[in-house]
Amino acid sequence: MTRHVVATVNELPPGTRKFLTIDDRPIAVFNVNGEYFGLLNRCPHQGAALCEGPLIGLAQSSDPGEIEYTRLGEIIRCPWHGWEFDIRTGQSYCDPKRFRTRAYAVNVEPGTAVVKGPYVAETLKVSVESDYVVVDL
Amino acid sequence: MTAPVAGGVDCDLHPAVPHLTSLLPYLDDYWRDQVTTRGMTDLVSQSYPPNSPISARPDWRPARGKPGSRLEDMQAQALDAFGVRFGICNPLFGVQMVFSEDMAVAFTCALNDWLVKEWLDKDDRLRGSIVIPIQSVEKSVAEIERCARDKRFVQVLMLVMGDLPLGKRTYWPIYAAAERLGLPIGIHAGSSYHNPPTSVGWGSYHIEDYVAQAQAFQTQLTSLIVEGVFARHPKLTMVMLESGFTWLPPYLWRLHKFWRGIRMETPWVDRAPLEIVRSNIRFSLQPIDAPPEPEVLNRLFDHMQSDELLLFSTDYPHWQFDRDAALPEGISSDLVKKIMIDNPLATYGRLKEAAIKETMS
Amino acid sequence: MNVQFRERAETASSTEARAQVKTAIADCDIHPARATATELHPFLASRWHKHLETYGKHPYQGMMEGPPYPKAQPNASRRDAYPPEGGPQGSSLSFMQKQHLDPNNVVLGVLNPLATGQGIRNHDLAAAICSAINDWQIDKWTSKDSRLKGSIVVANEDGPTAAAEIRKRAGDKNFVQVLLLSRTVEPLGQRRYWPIYEAAEEAGLPVGVHAFGFGGNPITASGWPSFYIEEMVGHSQCQQAVLSSLVLEGVFERYSRLKMIMIEAGFGWAPSLAWRLDKNWKRLRSEVPHVTRLPSETIREHIWWTTQPMEDPERRDHLFDVIDWVGWDKLLFATDYPHWDFDEPSRVLPPGVGDANREAFYLGNAKTLYGLA
Repeated sequence: MTRHVVATVNELPPGTRKFLTIDDRPIAVFNVNGEYFGLLNRCPHQGAALCEGPLIGLAQSSDPGEIEYTRLGEIIRCPWHGWEFDIRTGQSYCDPKRFRTRAYAVNVEPGTAVVKGPYVAETLKVSVESDYVVVDL
Repeated sequence: MTAPVAGGVDCDLHPAVPHLTSLLPYLDDYWRDQVTTRGMTDLVSQSYPPNSPISARPDWRPARGKPGSRLEDMQAQALDAFGVRFGICNPLFGVQMVFSEDMAVAFTCALNDWLVKEWLDKDDRLRGSIVIPIQSVEKSVAEIERCARDKRFVQVLMLVMGDLPLGKRTYWPIYAAAERLGLPIGIHAGSSYHNPPTSVGWGSYHIEDYVAQAQAFQTQLTSLIVEGVFARHPKLTMVMLESGFTWLPPYLWRLHKFWRGIRMETPWVDRAPLEIVRSNIRFSLQPIDAPPEPEVLNRLFDHMQSDELLLFSTDYPHWQFDRDAALPEGISSDLVKKIMIDNPLATYGRLKEAAIKETMS
Repeated sequence: MNVQFRERAETASSTEARAQVKTAIADCDIHPARATATELHPFLASRWHKHLETYGKHPYQGMMEGPPYPKAQPNASRRDAYPPEGGPQGSSLSFMQKQHLDPNNVVLGVLNPLATGQGIRNHDLAAAICSAINDWQIDKWTSKDSRLKGSIVVANEDGPTAAAEIRKRAGDKNFVQVLLLSRTVEPLGQRRYWPIYEAAEEAGLPVGVHAFGFGGNPITASGWPSFYIEEMVGHSQCQQAVLSSLVLEGVFERYSRLKMIMIEAGFGWAPSLAWRLDKNWKRLRSEVPHVTRLPSETIREHIWWTTQPMEDPERRDHLFDVIDWVGWDKLLFATDYPHWDFDEPSRVLPPGVGDANREAFYLGNAKTLYGLA
């Protein structure tokens, strides 16, 4: 596992995201309310650039007409078919049993611990959450 | 020809009201005089012109009077012919077309009373569906509660084409009452004609209206599912009557595909539509919109992914099959038993109670 | 907040697509858009410029702006389809080429403009906009990229005017079909629309019926539903009603060389509908003596379907059953670019399809139907 500098903290304030490729893998890194998340930028459904979608909250309901809307900014909606994925875990909300996109753990390193330069190196620990589910359409 | 098994349930029979005046004994003085003084004739829906070939199989058409208006005919041609233990009456009389709420209530109550006196009382096998004055939700609930006291009413009857999509919350008190009383809701082909009978306007022909029934069932099923009727009323069953069913699998594929992408619009739909259909929706057997080759129908059954969805029906006296060929060719005797006995008894709680009582006595 | 910094121009989807899709395909449902509100003005008489500004379009539904059922994504389109130079999705030829036509190897793209003069209550305005759209298709699209072919859009509620527009464009190689929308004032088989079919048959052009439109009728036979999902699923039921009308009004007995395409409502519903039509025609044919053939035979001969949104059952053998019943020769591949329910060409057909059927599905059927083989 190698650590790749992706941005300075100042360059990725809350509500922003950054796209990059690491080892041929398209990834996006998000700052949601001061927390950092990384996602593979490929929807497991039909391969769309998932991370270009809007970040919304999670709409749930225990009774028709009543909506509990929580986790604002933590659900990404694929820009194609609108499938919802939890950016913390990659869990999808349309068909929880079958689809999951890959989430990558993101950490912020204190500046002095890494290589100095135009970018402060930041750790990007790649952890595979679950087997990449290939959609068999 | 696939033979029926004795002791089944015919889930769709149509006893006919001979004429509006047949209801006079069941109306109060005011309405009796309204009918006669104002020269009201009959309440017959264009959905079933009495002389249309669909409305009566040629050998079931009586010499005089409306098809299905004589008990003896129904007994011989449907109940005895298929050896059923129970037959559920779904009266099709044009009460849903009426615009006045009060008139609708009067005629509907009279219709339900007529069914009891002239049919249910005269043959132990017969059961009834409560026709409701859909023009008033409140009065519909009252009528359900009134008729449900008679245990021979086993279902609530609504038409597939009315004023609003059936999933709309306006109608939910009806569903609450039915669920509370353990009664399925039967949704039957037919229109109140308060809206054009297709989703693209008024067609020109009776055949066009009739073919369009299947599409109406599709949009209504969407409405019921996405409005969350079964989220609010998980124990409620709805039976699609005379709807056809061969459209179901591709319909569900489409609904499922869109539900995944637009889930957030209706977040109370927290199960796949196919699961909801499996748990809460059933279909009467007739009409079978498929070619006669068993291979095709067997593939369709495979697409449906459940053998619990179909409930035996003749749709008497409507013309859906010839001779005794009510059941599809080439199905196993296990499936025949499921369709004729197990599935209907599992769906209609009051039949099951009666069947248990009979077995015990 | 949804602020984005883009480091890379290329996304996973286009790389993958380029890597995987080498076969040439037809896309029989592409939606070109106008970049600005006034882009049509050069083709529209000036009296209409002021009119539109003052009175708007005046359609068969209430909203001056936006659709009655809000879409699932802005402009009902993929969010990654905004052209870099600005404008809505589908409004830039160069970006359409870069994002879709080139990487997906689209050798034939059929343009189906929406938001045209169809469904407008002012019939003079409707006719003017439709004619302008047809000119615009040539000017902006088909004359600039020979892979693209246009659809003759017509003010469908005014039969004679619509027929005149078709006759005006007949023989023009920029167009491969006439385009109608599915939700009209009356079901499309009825005689007010016959002049359109007459002119199309005369010109040797198929008629495509695309989902949507408004004709003033509730979009179900039991009133107006609540949700956008109901509208989207409901296009299947609308097309079934349209096809029933066409068959039962005897349109194909009357115009025996006419071909029609059901666009963007899927095709899975077709076998059940054909069987239902057959069964009822056998019983009720005395009502419709002008319908002289078994409906399923008429459908077999005269109707095609575009594939999007592609049916997506859990088991692909179920999908193959349905395609067998419809006919591998009757399907026309479509992506619906740039709409959000876009079908990605390399992912949408399950494995296990033979070469001949694949070729027909992705390209052959379209070339034959549109006379470009």
